[in-house]
Amino acid sequence: MEKVRPQWGRQRQFVFACISYAVGLGNVWRFPYLCQLYGGSFLVPYLVMLFVEGMPLLYLELAVGQRMRQGSIGAWRTISPYFSGVGVASVVVSFFLSTYYNIINAWGFWYLFHSFQDPLPWSVCPLNGNHTGYDEECEQASSTQYFWYRKTLNISPSIQENGGVQWQPALCLTLAWLMVYLCILRGTESTGKVAYFTALLPYCVLTIYLVRGLTLHGATNGLVYMFTPKMEQLANPKAWINAATQIFFSLGLGFGSLIAFASYNEPSNNCQKHAVLVSLINSSTSIFASIVTFAIYGFKATFNYESCLNKVILLLTNSFDLEDGFLTASNLEQVKDYLASTNPSKYSQVFPLIQNCSLESELDTAVQGTGLAFIVYTEAIKNMEVSQLWSVLYFFMLLMLGMGSMLGNTAAILTPLTDSKVISSHLPKEAISGLVCLINCAIGMVFTTEAGNYWFDIFNDYAATLSLLLIVLVETVAVCYVYGLRRFENDLQAMTGRALHWYWKAMWACVSPLLIIVLFVFYLSDYILTGTLQYQAWDATQGQLVTKDYPTYALAAIGLLVASSTMCIPLVALGTFIMHRLKRGDTAPVA
Amino acid sequence: MLWLLFFLVTAIHAELCQPDAENAFKVRLSIRTALGDKAYVWDTNEEYLFRAMVAFSMRKVPNRETTEISHVLLCNVTRRVSFWFVVTDPSKNHTLPAVEVQSAIRMNRNRINSAFFLNDQTLEFLKIPSTLAPPTDPAVPIWIIIFGVIFCIVIVAITLLVLSGIRQRRRKNKGPSEVDDAEDKCENTITIENGIPCDPLDTKGGHINDVFVTEDERLTPL
Repeated sequence: MEKVRPQWGRQRQFVFACISYAVGLGNVWRFPYLCQLYGGSFLVPYLVMLFVEGMPLLYLELAVGQRMRQGSIGAWRTISPYFSGVGVASVVVSFFLSTYYNIINAWGFWYLFHSFQDPLPWSVCPLNGNHTGYDEECEQASSTQYFWYRKTLNISPSIQENGGVQWQPALCLTLAWLMVYLCILRGTESTGKVAYFTALLPYCVLTIYLVRGLTLHGATNGLVYMFTPKMEQLANPKAWINAATQIFFSLGLGFGSLIAFASYNEPSNNCQKHAVLVSLINSSTSIFASIVTFAIYGFKATFNYESCLNKVILLLTNSFDLEDGFLTASNLEQVKDYLASTNPSKYSQVFPLIQNCSLESELDTAVQGTGLAFIVYTEAIKNMEVSQLWSVLYFFMLLMLGMGSMLGNTAAILTPLTDSKVISSHLPKEAISGLVCLINCAIGMVFTTEAGNYWFDIFNDYAATLSLLLIVLVETVAVCYVYGLRRFENDLQAMTGRALHWYWKAMWACVSPLLIIVLFVFYLSDYILTGTLQYQAWDATQGQLVTKDYPTYALAAIGLLVASSTMCIPLVALGTFIMHRLKRGDTAPVA
Repeated sequence: MLWLLFFLVTAIHAELCQPDAENAFKVRLSIRTALGDKAYVWDTNEEYLFRAMVAFSMRKVPNRETTEISHVLLCNVTRRVSFWFVVTDPSKNHTLPAVEVQSAIRMNRNRINSAFFLNDQTLEFLKIPSTLAPPTDPAVPIWIIIFGVIFCIVIVAITLLVLSGIRQRRRKNKGPSEVDDAEDKCENTITIENGIPCDPLDTKGGHINDVFVTEDERLTPL
């Protein structure tokens, strides 16, 4: 009896799964950062790249998956046996990604569990040994930074000092993997249902945050800042490169997850409509999330600016014994001039201690990544009323986003494994999923050591970037030129009953590959030109980040990460070629 | 003569209480910051209350139970509001050591603060550090409790799903073997499967399905 391929319960489960995979943490913590760097005019290159690069490549992957009805390895083997290395490379990259991505969910759990306290643990500094003051490291940095670097990560001063595995993050990581296992246990049956939650709940939380954020004091400052277009940035090639990169990675192309999801579709499914829908929803979510983020930024910046002003006012009031309440923000400058003229000697003593408070500089502090999610946002949340509620909502949303992406990542690894007859005949699919989760969890323990965050940064920056560009480039070339664009077009027409629009053909054949080559060349030259790679290490004595060089073994690890996925493509092609030659050599004498 | 004595006493007092004098402490109040609209004006009556509170604190120190309000001297009151104070001994010639005054104030800081509706930040005794409240650590950290609850729920859910998956697979494995047996039996005996006798399906080479044919005859009397 032939095994029937599992299918999505309903078509919308597929759409929701794609949305929850594509809409991930990058929409929340990378896109607002880029908007801050390049101003509101960043939306122009972003939208251009969406139509030129994002939609066509997404459609291509979904179409390949739906047509071949197999995971990434099988699909590319069907296209051409020499290209099954692309599938293997996808699986390897997905494996790296799922190993390091789940630690973010573990941190999300840690913060979520700590949100049920009053006061929030990251809002106050702990006391030092003899209770006369606050902890030194916390005084130098801020309480939110202290909680992140000391209490959550317990970070070591450099990547060389490993420390041991710490039980608190290890427990949270175990829980995160158990949660992922629970969601993927039954394959598409369970993934489809979980996708409803992971796709919809973040929007609910974002809407609540939007309403709350817009009513916060100072939110308009942030929004005005975001939407002021910095027109000169349009001419900056880096803006366009970053837009292309953001679209590329935000949609999760090249990991094999989209192929895996689409392989469970009915062949007659209109994947063109779904591709357009998913990419539009992904981009609008990015814009929506950045509106919320900038409202929160505005609130935080205004709060810090006013605290800074209050500190200056207190300093002047105390030094000159002025009447309490006399100095306000509005008359500060005039009074300063007055004091400088009437009491120049004393003023010159006090002057070096007066900080320059500027709302602009507060808004300019652009942060991305884990720093934005766990430091900047928590700093804003601790100043809101009923901060426990907002904190719980926020970290719950982060977890939903992270879990949704993890579902896609693990699907990319599991689908080729369950497709392969060798493995699936020996083990049931629950056991395969369990094994994959167990192995990933065990390797992920590296990120729970004291130097874990540095290794996380290595994986985050290098594991996927170059390899993905190469993978997607080879994918496009394979479909258009090796398999044949006309043949693929006929396949799609036979499958869905709709003709392929010329726009997609033009994009697939010319524009998108060219764009990827440009990105690839840019990144390679960037890496080569910067020379030694450096990283940011946390200095506990100063309470801030310092730049250090990577040691040799870390550089070797980076090289290994990039090589292990990119080398799959030529190696497997070579292996297939050799095997074909041997087989032909065997059969030749018989014929 | 009396005037001379008065001037002498005030002169001595003035000497005892001076900014940066030995055993003198500076106090700084931020009434408007703390109370906003409900701020009271700092006048001589408030100063009297302050002196009373300091004297009260000193009376709690062993050997100093005889401290009177008149032993507490205030000077250099500014608009801020800030001033200096010293506590003298009963002879009014020497000031009490700073250490004693410091410990007395620290012990009764809460009482002094609440007399003026202020707190440690708005009623500052410079050079007298306030003891910070120790953190309240529950015996079991809260996060572990929540973690434990969610962990148990997830483990239970996984076990249920795995077990139901195993049961489903066992039923599926038994299912096909039952169908095989039935097909074997059909050839020898008439067995009813799904209400249709297997035999009629076998005879006539499967070209005519008896069940269907009978219905047709009933329906179309042409």
